[in-house]
Amino acid sequence: MKRRKFDLAATPGKAAVGVDDRFQVATPLRKLLNKVFPDHWSFLLGEIALFSFVVLLLTGVFLTLFYEPAMTEVVYDGSYAPLQGTPMSAAYASSLDLSFDVRGGLVMRQMHHWAALLFMAAIVVHMLRVFFTGAFRKPRETNWIIGSLLFWVGFLAGFTGYGLPDDGLSGTGLRIASAIMLSIPVIGSWVTSSIFGGEFPGVMIISRMFIAHVLLIPGLLVALISVHLGLVFKQKHTQWPGPGRTNGNVVGERMFPRYALKQGGFFMVVFGVIALMGGLFQINPIWLFGPYEAWVVSAASQPDWYVMFLDGSTRLMPAWEINIPLGDGYVIPPLFWPTVVLPGILVGLSTMYPFLEARHLKDRKSHNLLQRPRDVPARTAVGAMAVAFYLVLTLSGANDVIADKFQISLNAMTWAGRIGLLLVPPIAYYVTYRLCLGLQQHDREVLAHGVETGIIRRLPDGRFVEVHQPLSASNGHADGHGELEYVGWVVPKKMNRLGALGPAIRGFFYPIEKPVEAPVSPGHPPVEARPEREEIGSGESRR
Amino acid sequence: MSTHTEHQAPQGREPLDVNDPKLTRFDIVREGARRDDIEIVHYEPQVLPGTKAERRLARVVAGLFLITGLAATAFLAIYIWWPWQYEPGRGGDKFYTPLLGFTLGVALLAVGFGILTWGKKLLPKEVSIQDRHEGVVDADGRTITGQTMLYLADELGVKRRPLLGISLLAGLAPVGAVLAAPLVGGLISQPHKNNQMFTTGFATAEGGEPIRLVREDGRPVRPADVSVGGQLTVFPGIEHGVSNRHADSPTLLIHLRDSDAQESRRANERIGHGDYMWGNYAAFSKVCTHAGCPASLYEQQTNRLLCPCHQSQFKITDNARPVFGPASRRLPQLPIEVDSEGFFVAKSDYTETVGPDFWERP
Repeated sequence: MKRRKFDLAATPGKAAVGVDDRFQVATPLRKLLNKVFPDHWSFLLGEIALFSFVVLLLTGVFLTLFYEPAMTEVVYDGSYAPLQGTPMSAAYASSLDLSFDVRGGLVMRQMHHWAALLFMAAIVVHMLRVFFTGAFRKPRETNWIIGSLLFWVGFLAGFTGYGLPDDGLSGTGLRIASAIMLSIPVIGSWVTSSIFGGEFPGVMIISRMFIAHVLLIPGLLVALISVHLGLVFKQKHTQWPGPGRTNGNVVGERMFPRYALKQGGFFMVVFGVIALMGGLFQINPIWLFGPYEAWVVSAASQPDWYVMFLDGSTRLMPAWEINIPLGDGYVIPPLFWPTVVLPGILVGLSTMYPFLEARHLKDRKSHNLLQRPRDVPARTAVGAMAVAFYLVLTLSGANDVIADKFQISLNAMTWAGRIGLLLVPPIAYYVTYRLCLGLQQHDREVLAHGVETGIIRRLPDGRFVEVHQPLSASNGHADGHGELEYVGWVVPKKMNRLGALGPAIRGFFYPIEKPVEAPVSPGHPPVEARPEREEIGSGESRR
Repeated sequence: MSTHTEHQAPQGREPLDVNDPKLTRFDIVREGARRDDIEIVHYEPQVLPGTKAERRLARVVAGLFLITGLAATAFLAIYIWWPWQYEPGRGGDKFYTPLLGFTLGVALLAVGFGILTWGKKLLPKEVSIQDRHEGVVDADGRTITGQTMLYLADELGVKRRPLLGISLLAGLAPVGAVLAAPLVGGLISQPHKNNQMFTTGFATAEGGEPIRLVREDGRPVRPADVSVGGQLTVFPGIEHGVSNRHADSPTLLIHLRDSDAQESRRANERIGHGDYMWGNYAAFSKVCTHAGCPASLYEQQTNRLLCPCHQSQFKITDNARPVFGPASRRLPQLPIEVDSEGFFVAKSDYTETVGPDFWERP
């Protein structure tokens, strides 16, 4: 048999040719490697949600290996001594086993819970970023809708997961959920008894929530997230305005290698933070709550943070019962409004917002450049109003704890919430609107007159004036310099942003480079901006 | 690699011959980018090869990766050898989870920061501009696709042969219902089976013995078991009465002080519940009429019962009327008496609907 010489170095090349022969991937792959991404810290918020979701999937799969979704009554005989001999559901017993009898099970369970909280938090903060910068405008309305839905699907995922351990806290949450379903007019009792398989709590609900929590909802989340990312990819990311950046281009880095490395590193950092929290910060110590018993509840039982606004709205709702005197009489309980109608309105308003705004402004153009919040005062103020509304509700969700810790009357807290819910949002609107105008005004002023130098000059007639450093070259105007156009991007407002001072000395224990000499007398005579500042940069202005 | 800074527009440019041996690898990369309408306008190494700064950064990255290795090894060692079984008291097992989380977190953070440092500090900084092709509309493409789809419709002839469309719809609509049927049919459950929403564990069978009030451990309750001003959670003395199977039955038995009891009795009489109390004892459903939580915080001084979930407050001496918060309906009262053996029994089931409100509650 003839042995051919084996050339190791040529193998990858040959394999690549072989792959391309079969799949013709070279050109699409190049396009992928080359895709340009703009860079800004605020674009990373959505990634935190994505990475937390990956951690959720990983830890969640581990948990399912040990969790038993059954409400069969068992007597606990695991290693947690205080509960030994207590009758409880198999679901709760297996959750206890996960915490005490599975090696490393507790750290996984806590990481899962923390990752869920982080997932929801990142979604909310990412949504605020997208809202306040106008990134939801045409052509990205679809992605905005998908994002809003992701919040609510994540909400469901969180709620079904919260119910699974079947401890005292989660059972109470489930009890409230059943009451919320009951409150729906006409079909309420049918819906509840169909979902619970009879009267609350029944014996079915845990296994039904389990399949929703581990298959149906994650499946929906994966589908929505895939479409969300696919659309970001297809439509290309928005970018901030700045030198060289237009509505028709993307200025940034190619995806490989630097951008991809940064993403990979960031994933590890998010994962690491979740691991630290999962290990160091106790969350949901179910063994302290005991099994769910319908007659036991403790004060200060709060839901996870993203449910608290609904808890708050429920607490603030006045006891307005609507009676319909037909036949035996029918009722719409007060619970219906804050827990069914309010979320419905919120879903509708948030998903429709891009279209409402476009219609109001008669704006049919595509927008790829972001807007700074100050440049669109009305939208920013509406956003602030929504945030204020949400905060009042969330704080009211904890009003018993606040009342307890600060020794305020509980009823006073409820009334403060009721009045605050009506008063605070309009105030937030007004204050935000004025703040936006003020910030914008100051930017325009600096563009027209220059940066304040802090140098006071006395004129021969005794007046004092402050010397300003103009940002543009002289054009023969009365005050000696031209006006710059307002383009909606950061305006330097301090002299050292213009290079009037040497850069900070770098190095931790000792300087790693010779410090640059600072100009002797900054601003006197006026310092010219360093010429290399004009170059196109990645948006980081200093160094 | 040196600094490349170019500003010329890529339009009207001849494609480069990528097999030209004079080209550097970067030239080919840039040519590839140009073919994707990407112009690399700025490409600048942050550290020069062989400099002190480069060696220093490489050491930092390598150090971070080594920390990862150490922390991960520590994780494994702790996972295997640290005592992890639960023991009462302050055993070493209390540190098992924190140590696992800490070592895993440090390992992941170090590798994360290592990669970030590598990417952010050691790789060249670049600025590339990619064309979005904004506003470029492929009008021909739209026309062709539109016409193709209309042509498809023509071919199918739905317009000419409307019967086909109608019959297809008529055929498929039940198929959709077939998909939904097992789901709806399997799940649906009649809420008023056995009148379950209006009865509790205190309901007696026809002509049966009245049901005793029992404690959590199943023992029946005598009047002397509840001190003046005190309260006790009681359950129906039936099989599984003290369990979630009768989640609507937990009841609060309250021993009122004389003056409060009189006030309470007067309030009872006003609504025709004159015989619901026994002596100074009154029993109210513990299930909040708002969202079903146990209304369990009883304030002796004011005779108010507070539900800790949404802070509804019920005035016990006024037929447990809601006086604050979101609840709109009073807590149902259980008519009680003491049987011949001296134990509390329920005279009958609750006469009002227990638990959270719903549409058809009369």
